[in-house]
Amino acid sequence: MSFFHRHRGLTPYLLLAPGTAFLAVFFVVPLGFLAYQSLESGNIDFGYAFTWSWSNYGNAFRDYHAQFVRSLEYAGIATLLALVISYPVAYWIAFRGGRWKNLLLLFIVAPFFVTYLIRTLAWETILSDNGFVVHALQHLHALGSGGRLLATSTAVVTGITYNFLPFMALPLYVSLEQIDHSLIEAAEDLYASKLHAFLRVTLPLSLPGVVAGTLLTFIPAAGDFINAQLLGSPENHMIGNVIQSKFLELTDYPAAAAMSFILMAGILVAVAVYARAVGTEQLTGTAV
Amino acid sequence: MSSIAVDQQAGRRPAAAALAFVRRHILTVYSVLFFAYLLLPIAVVVVFSFNNPTGKFNYTWQGFTWDNWHYWDGVPGIRSAIILSLEIALVASLVATALGTLIALALVRYGFRGRATTNILIFLPLSTPEIVLGASLLTLFLNVAWVPFGFWTILIAHIMFCISFAVVTVKARLVGFDRHLEEAAMDLGANEWTTFQKVTLPLTAPAILAALLLCFAISIDDFVVTYFNSGSQVTFPLFVWGAARIGAPPQVNVIGTAIFVVAVAAMLGNVILQRRREVRA
Repeated sequence: MSFFHRHRGLTPYLLLAPGTAFLAVFFVVPLGFLAYQSLESGNIDFGYAFTWSWSNYGNAFRDYHAQFVRSLEYAGIATLLALVISYPVAYWIAFRGGRWKNLLLLFIVAPFFVTYLIRTLAWETILSDNGFVVHALQHLHALGSGGRLLATSTAVVTGITYNFLPFMALPLYVSLEQIDHSLIEAAEDLYASKLHAFLRVTLPLSLPGVVAGTLLTFIPAAGDFINAQLLGSPENHMIGNVIQSKFLELTDYPAAAAMSFILMAGILVAVAVYARAVGTEQLTGTAV
Repeated sequence: MSSIAVDQQAGRRPAAAALAFVRRHILTVYSVLFFAYLLLPIAVVVVFSFNNPTGKFNYTWQGFTWDNWHYWDGVPGIRSAIILSLEIALVASLVATALGTLIALALVRYGFRGRATTNILIFLPLSTPEIVLGASLLTLFLNVAWVPFGFWTILIAHIMFCISFAVVTVKARLVGFDRHLEEAAMDLGANEWTTFQKVTLPLTAPAILAALLLCFAISIDDFVVTYFNSGSQVTFPLFVWGAARIGAPPQVNVIGTAIFVVAVAAMLGNVILQRRREVRA
C-alpha cells in the first residue's frame, strides 16, 4: 500500500470516483437529455428532431396550467396538514417519550414498511362508498346520503398527507429533541407563561425542523401521481399524471419533458418564496 | 331542591373527571389518536389479507380465510414479480452501499478541492421529485440505446437513487468517529490498509449495515422511477399497480403484510441492539 503513501492527495478522489461517476452518468447526464428532448419537435412515428422548440413549454403551460396549479395546491395543503397534525406528536415524543423514544419513532415510520401502493390502496378501502368513514360522515350529515369521498380532492389530499407524514414528523422530532431544556426553564423562571415560553423559545428553536419537514413533504407531494390516480377522478389529476401518461402512454416525449422541467421550476419557485418567508439561513442550515 | 343539585353533581362527576383527565393529558390523548390514524391503513392491509372476497374487489369484508396466505402465489405473475424485486433490491443495495460508503469516507476524512460540489451532487437526487428522476433516465435510455429496457435499466435506476441515501447514512455515523483509534493502530505499526481493515471497517460496520437495509427497503418499495424504466419487466410494486386497475387480489395484501412484518422485525432488532450497546457503553 505504498501507493497510498506516495499519492496521499489522490486518495479522496479515488474513493469518490466510482460513486460520483455513476451519479454523473445516470443523474446529471439524463437531466441534460431531458432538457434536450424538451426542445425537440416531431412525433414517435417520424422521429424527433432538435429544433429549439421553446413552444413546448408555452403549450404545456397553456394546456395544463390547471394541473400545475392543482399540484402545488394539493401539495401545499397536504404539507400544512402534515405539519399541524404531526407537530404535537413530535413534541410529545421529544419531551415526554423517555426511554420509549426509539419505539415511538418506529411507529412514526411504520407506514413506510408497507409498500407505498398498498397503503394507498388501503385508503381506497377506508374511504370507499361502503366503508365506515363514509357511513359515519353520512350519519353526521357531513356528507349527503349519496355523497362519497373516493374520486374527490378530499381523498387525494388525505392520501398525500398520510403518505408523506413521516417525512414531516421525523425532522420535527430531531429539531425538538435537540432543544436544551434549560432554555425553556430559564424562560419560565423569568415569569414567561407556559404558552409564552413555547411561542418564544421552543417554537423558534424547532424552526429548522419545520423547514426541513416542509421541503421533504412538499417536493415529493408536488410530483406525485399515485394518490390522484388511485383515490381521485380525472378532475383531480395532478401534473404527475399528465407527465406519466404523455411519456408512457401517448409517447409525446418533448411535451412531457417540458412539463417535467416546468414542475421542477415550479417547485424551485415555491421553495424560493418559502425561503424568503422563513429566511435563507434556516434553509441552507437544513440542507447541510 | 338541594338534593337534586347534589344528585346532578354526582351524576356529572365521572364525566367531569374524564374531562379533567383528558385536559391534563391532552397531548398524550392526541398522540394516541394520532398513532391510531397512522396505523389504521396498516391494520386494513393486514386484516384484508385474510378476507375471502366473493367478487374481484377486495374492498368489503366477506369472511375469514387462510387461503390467501396458503396460496400466496396463486395469482399469475406475482411470484416472478416478487423474485425480480428481491433480485434488484439485493444487487442495488449492495452496489449503492459500496459506492456510497466510499464517498462518505472521502467526505468525512479528507479535505479536498471539489468537496462542496460533491455535497451538492449527493444532495440533488434527494431533492428532485421521483417523477423527474424517472423521466430523465427514460430519456437517456431512449436516446442512447446501450441497454434494452428491463432488468439492467431498473437496476441502474435503483442504484442511482440509493447512492445518496447510503452516503447520508454512513456519513452521519462517520462524523462521530474517534480518529485516535486509527492513529493508535498506525502508531503500533499497522499500515493504512491494515488499519482500515482492522479498525475502520469494524467500527463503521453498523452504519454500513444500516445503509444496506435502508437501500434495500427503498428499492423494494420503489414504483415511480421503476415504472418509467422497466420496459415489459414487472417488479412487485408494478404488479400491484397493474392489479389495482382490475381490482387487487388479497394476495397483494399477503405480500404487503409479509414485507411489513420482516421490516418491523429488522428495525426492532436494530433498536434492541442499539439499546444493548448503549447499556454496555
